[in-house]
Amino acid sequence: MSAAKNGAHTFSIEKPVYLSFTGAIAGPKEGKGPLAPDYDVVKQDLKLGQKSFEKAERMMMKEACDLALSKGNYRPEDLDYFIAGDLLNQITVSGYSALNYPIPFLGIYGACANLTQSMGLGALLISGGYGERALLATSSHNCSAERQYRYPTEYGFQKPCHAQWTVTGAGAAVITADVPPVRITTVTLGELADLGMRDPACLGTAMAPAAAAAMVYHFEETGRDPSFYDAIVSGDLGQVGKELAIDLLFRRGYNVGDIYNDCGTMIYYPHQQVNSGGSGCAASALVVLGNLFRRLSQGEINRALVVATGAMHSPTACLQGDSIPALAYAVSLENETSQ
Amino acid sequence: MEYLLAFAVGGLFCVIGQLLFDLTPWSPGHILTGFVVAGGILGGVGLYDRLIEFAGAGAALPISSFGNALVKGAMAEAAQNGIIGVLTGMFELTSAGITAAIIFGFFAAVIFNPRG
Amino acid sequence: MSKKVEDIFEISSDEYQQMVEQKKPRPPLGKNLLLAFLSGGFLALVGQLIINFFTGLGFTPSEAADPMVAIFIFLGALATGLGVFDKISHYTGAGTAIPVTGFANSITSAALEFKKEGLVTGVGSKMFVLAGSVIVFGVVTALIIGVISAII
Repeated sequence: MSAAKNGAHTFSIEKPVYLSFTGAIAGPKEGKGPLAPDYDVVKQDLKLGQKSFEKAERMMMKEACDLALSKGNYRPEDLDYFIAGDLLNQITVSGYSALNYPIPFLGIYGACANLTQSMGLGALLISGGYGERALLATSSHNCSAERQYRYPTEYGFQKPCHAQWTVTGAGAAVITADVPPVRITTVTLGELADLGMRDPACLGTAMAPAAAAAMVYHFEETGRDPSFYDAIVSGDLGQVGKELAIDLLFRRGYNVGDIYNDCGTMIYYPHQQVNSGGSGCAASALVVLGNLFRRLSQGEINRALVVATGAMHSPTACLQGDSIPALAYAVSLENETSQ
Repeated sequence: MEYLLAFAVGGLFCVIGQLLFDLTPWSPGHILTGFVVAGGILGGVGLYDRLIEFAGAGAALPISSFGNALVKGAMAEAAQNGIIGVLTGMFELTSAGITAAIIFGFFAAVIFNPRG
Repeated sequence: MSKKVEDIFEISSDEYQQMVEQKKPRPPLGKNLLLAFLSGGFLALVGQLIINFFTGLGFTPSEAADPMVAIFIFLGALATGLGVFDKISHYTGAGTAIPVTGFANSITSAALEFKKEGLVTGVGSKMFVLAGSVIVFGVVTALIIGVISAII
């Protein structure tokens, strides 16, 4: 067995799997944020010369994938799987992007947790001996998400101050069995959690319990303490969700203190008027595949725990009176040369 | 003086709306629908017209006046032609507004593009 | 180890909701109300000027309301098409949503958004997705009141 299961959720990835090459394509607003230097490309507008926002998002995902592939000098056929997901109905961005890559396609949906869900699945497949390399991708676009989940983009709805802003961007990664040094060492797969949240404008409050639970499963099943890591990031809880996660973890006796941050709060400056912070698959993708990956590769940090979070929000279910459940998947990334 | 009243009453309608936006979990759709229904009920008892006489545009501009206009149209025609007048007269006073909304909305959509 | 999130953190749904209410930032009510009052009042002021202009031309006050409404609907649709309505309403909130400009914005923004899906299947079908309930409930209210007044 090359991936041993610890407890009910966590796998140790024993046969090596590495996060080898990445592509991070950011939108204009993100390009004005603090982590901009770590994105490969910053786009200057939201339409990119395409006829719709959805088509623009597809273009971004393709560009991120092509970039990751070219960094490793791979042709698409060199990879065993394309594992991708996004926020749109029928994961249409991923499905249509897959047309460009003539390899088996596994479409996934973990909402904004797509990043770590794809990493987890890919790592299990490769470590299990079922392939050598996989291409992973995820994306989100402010306008395509607003239009589908909330209101038309020109609608004059005054956003409440706890609202979050969907990040526009695409992230892709090539994971391999043979290109170090950033190794995927453990994967913790979360389960659905629902504490009765109903507000679609602040999904961070729905996701905080799932994020905190995934961290608890991870710590208790690996025997690690939060201080084992140099950095712990959640996907897109936003400022409100982040504080809730910290409080919940404290109830279980974990003090994540200064090591923990949330990608949604890292991606924009306060003056960019994003209220509680960024959300969307690209929140975690841009921060992790841009900034965090660089810092790990260069040895600036040695061990990071990425806990991407997703709200299983369905506008239909919401209108029918259901609350919003959420989940999270955690992946630990470690620089092998520093062990 | 009429300008001051228009300003104050128009502003007050919006303050009520803002309180509902900020303090209740109701969506804008719910709140605006509530305004129209309230305008209709006040119109039915004759109070909305008095408000319009008092505050002019301050009461005629908010969406609640739409409810008042629908009710007045229905009532006026019913007074003349019996109960069938409720159906035939309803849009008499609001047709300018609805027609304008459809026409201008349609042409704006044809000419412009959403920017996000 | 028990896996349910309520057990892991020893918290019930209600307790969590209280935690959330405490953490959620309060809206800047004073600022919002002031801006709503000023912007809504300003639009009403302009509306009154328009009404007086038309009564000057010989319209009766209630006749003059029609062109006033049409002008504001035009302005609301134009502002939406130009992409400025949502930028303004970020500050004005109810001040632009409650007057008929808000009605125009809801129709125009929906029509604009679904243009990509075609004129008939996009613009035509989805134009009333936000404004529809305003019209429907206005009509239902008028029906009920109209019938009652016809009977009395």
